[in-house]
Amino acid sequence: MTEKKIRVLVAKPGLDGHDRGAKVVARALRDAGMEVIYTGLRQTPEMIAEAALQEDVDIVGLSILSGAHMALAPRILELLKNNGQDQVKVFIGGIIPDEDMPRLKEMGITGIYGPGASTDDIIKDVREAVKL
Amino acid sequence: MLLIKSVLEGNRLALSRLLTQVENDSAEGQAGLAELFPYTGKAHLIGVTGAPGTGKSSLVNQLTLYYRKGSDKKVAIVAVDPSSPFTGGAVLGDRVRMRDLSGDEGVFIRSMATRGSLGGIAQKTASIVQIFDAAGYEVIIIETVGAGQSEVDVARLAHTTVVVEAPGLGDEIQAIKAGILEIADVLVINKADRPGVENTERALRSTLELAHPTKRIFRHHGKSMSISAPPTNSKMWIPPIVKTVATEGKGIDELAASIAKHAEHLRETGDWAARDRARLGSEMETLLREALVDRFLENIQQQKYEEMMEKVVNRNISPSEAVLSLLNENLK
Repeated sequence: MTEKKIRVLVAKPGLDGHDRGAKVVARALRDAGMEVIYTGLRQTPEMIAEAALQEDVDIVGLSILSGAHMALAPRILELLKNNGQDQVKVFIGGIIPDEDMPRLKEMGITGIYGPGASTDDIIKDVREAVKL
Repeated sequence: MLLIKSVLEGNRLALSRLLTQVENDSAEGQAGLAELFPYTGKAHLIGVTGAPGTGKSSLVNQLTLYYRKGSDKKVAIVAVDPSSPFTGGAVLGDRVRMRDLSGDEGVFIRSMATRGSLGGIAQKTASIVQIFDAAGYEVIIIETVGAGQSEVDVARLAHTTVVVEAPGLGDEIQAIKAGILEIADVLVINKADRPGVENTERALRSTLELAHPTKRIFRHHGKSMSISAPPTNSKMWIPPIVKTVATEGKGIDELAASIAKHAEHLRETGDWAARDRARLGSEMETLLREALVDRFLENIQQQKYEEMMEKVVNRNISPSEAVLSLLNENLK
């Protein structure tokens, strides 16, 4: 009877209003049998960390198209850690310049997906990152 | 258990982790539930149900804001959305309409997928509610999946059931069908700034006028469970109709007042205790059934079961005959 589901928070921090990508990813993860909590647009890092805490998710997907990823990602990682959720993984989708990728990976971002990324890859990586 | 102690002390992370364990029905979750059970029974459980798109989430958002403004009561929200019957996955999107509640430590929102349950809430929703109750949340709002006509399980769980309607969703015949309207303790017509609100109100009101005091009978797994009718001399609860515009916060104070009045009514008439009893009774019965089936299946020879199954598939015997025969063989 015990049923462990992968729980994913898909959130969109920052001020840009384009959530198509986030919705596509949410839908793909759903179709892969995961429970996806979708928060909608214009979330602050604090709101995202709080939702991750209340929903006890395994992983957080951030959709960032605004270019503010180098500010938002570390802030969210820090808040998760402050809440005691060090084990929660974070991945990013959006427009991320190549030169920023190594630093994001160093911070602990488990995956970075630009335009044209395959949802199959994202699903595979999420499963790998949370290892259930 | 360390986790339990932290939950009782108000640690939100511990609470969240325990909720996951309970939802997954793990051994730790079951133990936690058992240990916390003596602390339950204090919260006011409010069910919010209605068709998809009537504005349940927005209404829950406004109602919670109202409770938090007016008092120091801690509010928990259990928001249920459907799981895919094919993949078991789910997109839980009720938080989108509840962003105003972010940053308030006195509010805890938990999204749940139905995981195959068909009654409008998940099988473990009642257990999740018990954990919140034990953790000191005084108001617990249960938001069902977008419900049609028969997703009425929430009425068994909640003290007060709020049914949300919106203009333009159906005529009078819809309103007199059995099901969701029958479970309403408070009726809300949301989106009351839209055309057609008078018609909706008229249809609902005429339905309520047809109603008369009866015993409340819940069908549960084919068995009837009843809550006795109030004695004829006591006053009968007639569901008030409240008009709201959730996106603008209109009518929310009236809705909260109706809910409070209903709670008062339940306590006065003794229905509060009766509902509590019926709820726990049905919970025990469900668990008993599950346990009996599990035990039975454990003791049965897999081969026997397969043989019987084969006979059914070949139309040699009917499923009910197969079950009888399995029972007779194994319960000697």
